[in-house]
Amino acid sequence: MKKKNLAVLMCTVIVATSLIGCKGAKRTTNQSPDEIGGEITVITHRTDIIDTKMADYKKAFEKKYPGTTVKFEAVTDYETDIAIRLQTEEYGDVLMLPSSIKNTDFPNYFESLGTVDELKKKYDERFLYSKFYDGKVYGLASNCNVQGMVYNKKVFKEAGITKMPTTPEEFLNCLKQVKQKTKAIPYYTNFAAGWPLVQWQDQCWGSVSGDKDYHNNTIVHEKDPFSEGKPNYVVHKLLYDIVKQGLCENDPVTSDWEQSKVMLNNGEIAVMDLGSWAISQIKAAGSHPDDVGYMPFPWNINGKQYATAGADYCYAINTHSENKATARAWIDYMIDETGFALSEGSISILKSDPLPDTLKDFTKAELVVDAPATTENDGLFDVLNNESEIALTSDIEKKRIVEAALGSSGESFDNIMKDWNARWAQAQKDNDVEVK
Amino acid sequence: MTLRQKLSTRKYQQKIIIITFLLVPMLLLIIFTYLPFVDMVKFSFFKWNGTSPTMKFIGLKNYKDIFTKPEYLEMFKTSLYYLIGSFIQIAIALYFATVLNYKLRAKNFFKGVIFFPYLINGVAIGFAFMYFFREFGTLDTLLTSLGIAKSNLPLWLGNPKVVNYSLASVSVWRYLGQNMVMFSGAIASVSPDLYEAASIDGANRWQQFKYIIFPNIKIIISLNLILAVKGAISVFEIPKIMTDGANGSSTFVLKTLDTAFTVHKVGLASAMGVILLLIIMIITFVQKRFFEGKEA
Repeated sequence: MKKKNLAVLMCTVIVATSLIGCKGAKRTTNQSPDEIGGEITVITHRTDIIDTKMADYKKAFEKKYPGTTVKFEAVTDYETDIAIRLQTEEYGDVLMLPSSIKNTDFPNYFESLGTVDELKKKYDERFLYSKFYDGKVYGLASNCNVQGMVYNKKVFKEAGITKMPTTPEEFLNCLKQVKQKTKAIPYYTNFAAGWPLVQWQDQCWGSVSGDKDYHNNTIVHEKDPFSEGKPNYVVHKLLYDIVKQGLCENDPVTSDWEQSKVMLNNGEIAVMDLGSWAISQIKAAGSHPDDVGYMPFPWNINGKQYATAGADYCYAINTHSENKATARAWIDYMIDETGFALSEGSISILKSDPLPDTLKDFTKAELVVDAPATTENDGLFDVLNNESEIALTSDIEKKRIVEAALGSSGESFDNIMKDWNARWAQAQKDNDVEVK
Repeated sequence: MTLRQKLSTRKYQQKIIIITFLLVPMLLLIIFTYLPFVDMVKFSFFKWNGTSPTMKFIGLKNYKDIFTKPEYLEMFKTSLYYLIGSFIQIAIALYFATVLNYKLRAKNFFKGVIFFPYLINGVAIGFAFMYFFREFGTLDTLLTSLGIAKSNLPLWLGNPKVVNYSLASVSVWRYLGQNMVMFSGAIASVSPDLYEAASIDGANRWQQFKYIIFPNIKIIISLNLILAVKGAISVFEIPKIMTDGANGSSTFVLKTLDTAFTVHKVGLASAMGVILLLIIMIITFVQKRFFEGKEA
């Protein structure tokens, strides 16, 4: 009898302990939503730093919140791949909000991170509207960029340039001086890669218009927005003139982006039009990081210079995530504590952070961040941009301009602008947009 | 006969085996070729950006746009360069196939050398030739070392007058081997007795080619011509990788791609796809009739 009791007791103990085990195991997989712990999957486009910087952040995060595990998934062709995965529920816990998702769809895919009023206490309000819908913010910028021109200080000095250009004419003169007095290529278009030409587009918004509403609210209603003197004309004309006057590389069709970074660093190239994200890459591309400088787009409005600024990829939380608290903790940790944006040479959305060291020479220009579209203009820019097939945000028409300047297509610049105006007007008409 | 007996006969078992074996490839073909094709035809009647949940039916407007706006159809001009290139390619391939058919030292080695480019991935070829044609690249270095001044050399990909010849020559280099192997296969099937008889009659090599080889491989030549025309119309990899359509080297397929994925007019791009298919079908049909008529 006694023996039997003992056996029962032992069985109970075994069963009980195994149940405890179950419970314990369960806690780590089915995390209660408000507690920080368990495993999260972070999907990122930064394949380059996944084993270095990101691995360090992961270690520090797991130390700060014991019981958490962070798993990374780095995706090379991020935009395309993530758009497909969004059709399932399996797109990690934290991801970078893809730019192809319309803001009306945000609530279907992502968890709201708070209202602007709540978030603006800690973060720079201007950058909160980039992933914004119906009063709520769905993405927080991992870092922010400003649009200017990367140049080689040493080459400028050799060419005898003392005053930084603030008009397109001055800029062209600088390039001419570079061509005459140094061996460097004055401007490198990176035509072959295509996307570096699109960098010019961002200058059309804040840098030249100086108006935060221009991109999303003004140009969509504007009559003939590509006429002489208008921001898009100014910017594209400068690109045209550089190529037309032979101030760029000899054979743009076979240019090479990776090589161009090294060449600018070594003083073989004087200027390239690139976002501020490129500064640290170019500094790292050779042995002369101190020669790499950054200047605003050569334009001024009554003596004042402006520069388009905007959020890069934003962190977002999968609305199907089972571990939202930990996901949020990771985002907060990345933005508030790691200093990631500054370490990349980018602008941080934290109010308390200063401008990065790379932008030391850039303080004179005022940053202009695009204001979101009003409800009536929502998504309108994209519609007009695509339907007119001008596709300002792609390289198709930019290449057309360069080809015209090279003389290979026989088109004149003003004809291209006339064509754009006509196509823009047609798209406005087809979509019943009021033209002011 | 009961069902069981029926199933056990050789004839029915054969059928079962055929059906089960064909089921998988047919299913794959239907899912990955025919269903998307039906969808593409459907999309071509809609205005749709590819991701939006709403599609607007617009009838034949997409087709009307393609035929009324010159920027779409003029892309076929570029194809002419490739078409001329492929005629040259067929001529060279025929020459090599004939020469390598006769007794020759290391002829299989030469066949291998000529066929080899066809085995290389098209993307890799694009990259290799991008470096070959770039300024101060392999070709420039080679020509300057032969004593031609650099200033006399054009930008092979940068000059709009030269770029399409450069690209078409890459295409010739790549597909020459495939043509040659097809021709030499056909030539090998010609009975050796005929050559013997011809040489006894005193026919020289050219006469042998003209009266024996050529009539025997006429069908293969016509097949290659059809393939050449199709290839020329749907050129894609080489201009995509080497110039991405710059300097007037864009083709109809590249334009379709831009229409679908850059300006997000998936409906219009589908219509372009359908038109391309129709053109190729018509050409195939015409050529088939033409050659059939000749043989009869």
